Amino acid sequence: MRERDDSAWGRGPTRVEEDRYELFEAPRYRFEVDRRDFVKTFGTGLLVMFVVSRAPDSDAQESGQRGRGGDRMPPDVGAWLHVGEDGKVTVFTGKTEIGQNIRTSLTQAVAEELGAPIASIALLMADTAKTPYDMGTFGSRTTPTMNVQLRKVAAAARDVLAERAAARGKKLDAAIFGELVKGAPLVATVTEKTTTKPASRWSVAGTAVPKVSGRDMVTGRHRYTTDMKRDGMLHGKVVRPPSYGATLVRADTRAAEATPGVVVVRDGNFLAVAAPTSAAVTAAAAAIKTEWTGGSHASARTLFADLRKGQRGEVATWGVTIDAQYTIAYIAHAPLEPRAAVAEWNGDALTVWTGTQRPFGVQQELAGAFHLANDRVRVIVPDTGSAYGGKHTGDAAVEAARIARAAKKPVKLVWTREEEFAWAYFRPAGVIDVSGAVDRDGLLKAWDFDNYNSGSSGLRTPYVVPSPTERFHEVDSPLRQGSYRGLAATANHFARESHMDELAHAVRIDPLAFRLKNLKDERLADVLRAASEKFGWAGRKKSAGIGFGLACGVEKGGYTAACAEVDASNGSVKVRRLVVAFECGAIVNPDGLDNQVSGAVVQGLGGALFEAIEYEDGRLVNGRFSQYRVPRFADVPPIEVVLLDRKDLPSAGAGETPIVGVAPAIGNAIFDATGLRIYSLPMIPSGLPGATSQL
Amino acid sequence: MQVTLRVNGTARQVDVSPADSLLTVLRDALDLTGAKYGCGEGQCGACTVLVDGQAVKSCQPRASTLQSRAITTIEALEQNGRLHPVQQAFLDHEAMQCGYCTPGMIMAGVALLTATPHPTDDQIVAAMDKNKNMCRCGTYPRIVAAVREAANARA
Repeated sequence: MRERDDSAWGRGPTRVEEDRYELFEAPRYRFEVDRRDFVKTFGTGLLVMFVVSRAPDSDAQESGQRGRGGDRMPPDVGAWLHVGEDGKVTVFTGKTEIGQNIRTSLTQAVAEELGAPIASIALLMADTAKTPYDMGTFGSRTTPTMNVQLRKVAAAARDVLAERAAARGKKLDAAIFGELVKGAPLVATVTEKTTTKPASRWSVAGTAVPKVSGRDMVTGRHRYTTDMKRDGMLHGKVVRPPSYGATLVRADTRAAEATPGVVVVRDGNFLAVAAPTSAAVTAAAAAIKTEWTGGSHASARTLFADLRKGQRGEVATWGVTIDAQYTIAYIAHAPLEPRAAVAEWNGDALTVWTGTQRPFGVQQELAGAFHLANDRVRVIVPDTGSAYGGKHTGDAAVEAARIARAAKKPVKLVWTREEEFAWAYFRPAGVIDVSGAVDRDGLLKAWDFDNYNSGSSGLRTPYVVPSPTERFHEVDSPLRQGSYRGLAATANHFARESHMDELAHAVRIDPLAFRLKNLKDERLADVLRAASEKFGWAGRKKSAGIGFGLACGVEKGGYTAACAEVDASNGSVKVRRLVVAFECGAIVNPDGLDNQVSGAVVQGLGGALFEAIEYEDGRLVNGRFSQYRVPRFADVPPIEVVLLDRKDLPSAGAGETPIVGVAPAIGNAIFDATGLRIYSLPMIPSGLPGATSQL
Repeated sequence: MQVTLRVNGTARQVDVSPADSLLTVLRDALDLTGAKYGCGEGQCGACTVLVDGQAVKSCQPRASTLQSRAITTIEALEQNGRLHPVQQAFLDHEAMQCGYCTPGMIMAGVALLTATPHPTDDQIVAAMDKNKNMCRCGTYPRIVAAVREAANARA
């Protein structure tokens, strides 16, 4: 028997880089904020810090040189909380709000431990000048890390306040917080003695607290980056090459430069304009004549041949063995707020407002681009119009800052929808080869799984099988690619769960029973049972053209199972019903969680059924909402979400994992309805194969 | 060129370029940023406002063609601190995640309920899709529920 093969991962079994597209180095040293800094920043009140020798978020970093030679590692401050003399509570965190509702869920955590009303707590998020360093908001890490840190910070603050109240013979109440912290500034840190409440005793956390910024959303008052204005601000626009990787040969900018108020910036391959109005900047960009050379000629027609590079190795066979190849298209995040930034220079100091999931990463990007020290660059992230893993980079920030430096005025750059499609990055495409074998009793006996390019998240099977072989092959991607909700777990679950379904049918065992037979993970079995019971799997009634399918998976500490019903009777596929069960430990906010699960399912529908990036000769050819189909109102079937609350388990993040079961559940239902197995994502970009000229 | 637009009940003199869309003028000249840019081709509904009570994707018409028309934006829905029933229903159902599509969704919902005070769910879906409103966060079921609730609240 062969050992599980980790060699292709490149980093050995102990430092598996599950989320290779989300690996970013933290700055090498972060030092404690000392008392003088605190006095300068806050003046008075109580400051409580969460100091960690190594932030939990840094789990994903290479350990590198930091701990070598027995040196004490520099401490990190993960979060801090301030109680002012006016009794106001301000919590500082480097995390960003992108629609996943952490502004609310983190406020709940603080309110719970501090014993203060939600309305008295303000979160100051993602401002590199004011909040502690944070690697970024991704990987469903906020709930398992930041939520825990803030809980502890709030509990430590409460301990200080309780002590002070007791010394004055008063009962601790949020109404007297201000009074309790009057006088000399107080600094405290979370200690090993700081204890937080178990989930079983939560009264604010664990409940459906309404979104704290909800009113600003429904009134249109919230200012996203795209809504910002600064005095004297110009609008910027980048002149883009016609194809990926093309080089600017020459640009005739005379007409643009002759226009009053227009600034033209040329710096190597970077060509951009600024003007006082959006009409003027559009006209100025259009007036520039350019000549480009070279660049990519990549075409989607050869995508899967481009990606299927590398050796599979020996594939085991046993009893009933099935081989299949799955293909995964590139898809776009298409956040409704496109990338945007407002950049403002003050001497050699730069401030940029931008929607990103990595404010400190973008700060470093800017510092690097302009040869500045990090402390000359401030990045502020207004609550952002979604990201889904698509806003890790600082492209718009760097561009806006370059234009602003030339214009000597603040510049706002908002990417057009076409730019957002073409010049952001995509969810990786991939090819997945699977070989699976079962014995006559339906027990898995062999499992070989090779993922080319799409990624390693969710690569490993949760099923019991002797010596599985699972490899991820890094390949040069023809298009720029990066993080996406759930990363490659969506692709890997699609391949695995479709293949499991095929094996179940091959040995004539019910797909639910087949999975349960091969599972030892009780949490996964629990969600499978919960979804199938709600769905009525056992009592499902077959009729012509109607099919039922299920799938399950575990990723990032979340367990999900999905059941789908489809109608394929008219040569097209209509998803009639979806039931999704999800379990992520103790639930922090059941309504917010329901919203996230349901939203992930809807987003998953797009990638499952019809989303695909098309490109030809190094150019995107469907980069508009009129051409790139995303889920709309009528695409959404009734979705029933079943949440399992495990108060005995730590809370895991939830924004990503519920997406992974959607595609295979639907694919398996299509097979049940039609006998047709679909091996590609998206499954039905132009209707059901066989109902069209494709077969 | 100078044009006069009637926005939220007030005549506003603005200097516009002939090519400027209504959306550009609302956002840049009048600082009414509730209507959002999402695509510029009338395919996402984020820029929806009311023109004479009807849902219009403001990225499409040129501002200069709308003189004398009554333009209503999300900023005018709240009256004396009281939310419009559609706004309140979106809040109650938390029919949003990132919130970027929300003003456009609400305006489309208001227009629908003006024309069809008691729509069925199918009518809500059809009307929102006809206006091309898109929620990339996928909160569609909650939006349908919110519009339904707002209709009931007005009954």
